[in-house]
Amino acid sequence: ANMKLILIFSALIGASLCLETFVGHQVLRIKTKNEQEVKQLQLLESLEHLELDFWINPSAPALPVDVRIPAVSVQSVKAFLESQGIAYSILIEDLQVVLDKEKQDMAESALRHRSSTFDFGAYHTLDDINAELDNLASEYSFVEKIQIGQSYEKRPLYVLKFSTGGSNRPAIWLDAGIHSREWVTQASALWIANKIASDYGTDESITSLLDKMDLFLLPVANPDGYVYTHTMNRMWRKTRSKIPGSICVGVDPNRNWDAGFGGPGASDSPCSDSYHGPHANSEVEVKSVVDFIKNHGNFKAFLTLHSYSQLLMYPYGYKCTRPDDYAELESLGRAAASSIRSLYGTTFQVGTICKTIYQASGGSIDWSYDNGIKYSFAFELRDTGRYGFLLPANQIVPAARETWLGLKKIMEHVRD
Amino acid sequence: DIDDVGHKYYLELELEDVLDKDRTVNCTAEVLYHLGSKNSAPDVQVTVQGELRSTEEADKEFYNWIRSLEKELVAENIPDSHGNVPPELEPIHLLAWVASGYVIWQNSTENTKFHLAQVKHVKQVKRSDEDLQFDFVVLLHEMVSQEVLPWQVTLLWHPQRGARVSQS
Repeated sequence: ANMKLILIFSALIGASLCLETFVGHQVLRIKTKNEQEVKQLQLLESLEHLELDFWINPSAPALPVDVRIPAVSVQSVKAFLESQGIAYSILIEDLQVVLDKEKQDMAESALRHRSSTFDFGAYHTLDDINAELDNLASEYSFVEKIQIGQSYEKRPLYVLKFSTGGSNRPAIWLDAGIHSREWVTQASALWIANKIASDYGTDESITSLLDKMDLFLLPVANPDGYVYTHTMNRMWRKTRSKIPGSICVGVDPNRNWDAGFGGPGASDSPCSDSYHGPHANSEVEVKSVVDFIKNHGNFKAFLTLHSYSQLLMYPYGYKCTRPDDYAELESLGRAAASSIRSLYGTTFQVGTICKTIYQASGGSIDWSYDNGIKYSFAFELRDTGRYGFLLPANQIVPAARETWLGLKKIMEHVRD
Repeated sequence: DIDDVGHKYYLELELEDVLDKDRTVNCTAEVLYHLGSKNSAPDVQVTVQGELRSTEEADKEFYNWIRSLEKELVAENIPDSHGNVPPELEPIHLLAWVASGYVIWQNSTENTKFHLAQVKHVKQVKRSDEDLQFDFVVLLHEMVSQEVLPWQVTLLWHPQRGARVSQS
């Protein structure tokens, strides 16, 4: 019979604990000065109707006493302490608030744990980036890592393919890091990859986008250069290809495309940071992308990330005349810049490459546009010169977030 | 266009205090690029319309700190590859900016756009007078050519006398 009573009793307590809230409960820390005050608190402890919950019981004057007080008793307990001249401070104003926050934190942490420890707010080595690409591909069924070629120094060129089905659906191309010193771009590309993968199924826009189109993302378009910026020269921009007849190394991969190749705005000197190379597509990093896109045959947008200057540009760079689709691209560009600005107030200037930055021949978006990919845009991300290429890591996520809004705007337009 | 002389630009500028974003001050400037400007720096006249905030406290603190160092200050890569600047080196970073400003002015044409990319190296040189001397190697990024080139420049600084470039 006793067992049964105990069981029923525990069940009742259990039930009441579940329903119990701690709204308005306060936790006080009481600092006793002497033995007499300790005795006062022990007296308080014995008053069961107050339902005081001592987290640290009164024992000796030197030790603090922590006690949780139910809402209804808070005022009377404080009045008692004050009348006795016993000092206290409020550790927790409202325990329920703390509990709610903790629950939320735990839920968020559980979400994050899926991808465990990749820090999107830091700059990573090429190896770490490649590991995260594998991670994303294994985590999500609609994400696949494919190799579209290899660099001059034989490093794989990895592309993440986002596809929820279909066969050769209309596709969007996004690349970053073609100029290796522009570290915020590779870092942002990773953040964006993770964002798209994790938001598919919950975000309306991303879901409808991937339900109709495929996305191909090349986060490190120039891996040799990227490794070089980590090991030898943080300011390296070009590829690392040997140039016959020169002691200088490397070609500017964004002057090497077959669009006005060799024209104004590119150098024919191998030692120059804007050297266009011996001929168009001489760089395997460029040729691999060209071949991939041509073979696919169904790309509708070509987007590329650079830094710095905060610009959103469309063709042309090799000539200073407007593209046929000027009106639409200008308007779409402005809409995208507006979206970017809506987040942190970061302003991007919009225009053709030639008008906005300088005349530059052999650029990627000029090539893509002249090859039938209407929605060709080049972004120059943060900042405008204060840190330039050396953008502090704490700006990676804000930069990625705002850039993503601009990209999304463009992608939505392409989808519709 | 000024015949046989060069091109003159009249500018209205708004200066924003990098360390206090809400603070702005207007100024006007006249810039004259000489014809065939390969060898001479543009002429610049600036008028600041308003007051720049006082930095007396911080200047004194920095000055005293450097003077109190037993060994001459030496540092490199400011900011580092990840964009970090140790807080105590921020004043050095700012002085490097001033020094770069001089070099940029001396080397600008209508077809260049320079930014300080990084302070590669800085070495303090102790002096017998009251000025602080810093020998910098700065990397300047030029937008049009995309080159990042090193420049040596020596800056003298004193809290009241301000900054001057000695040799570059």
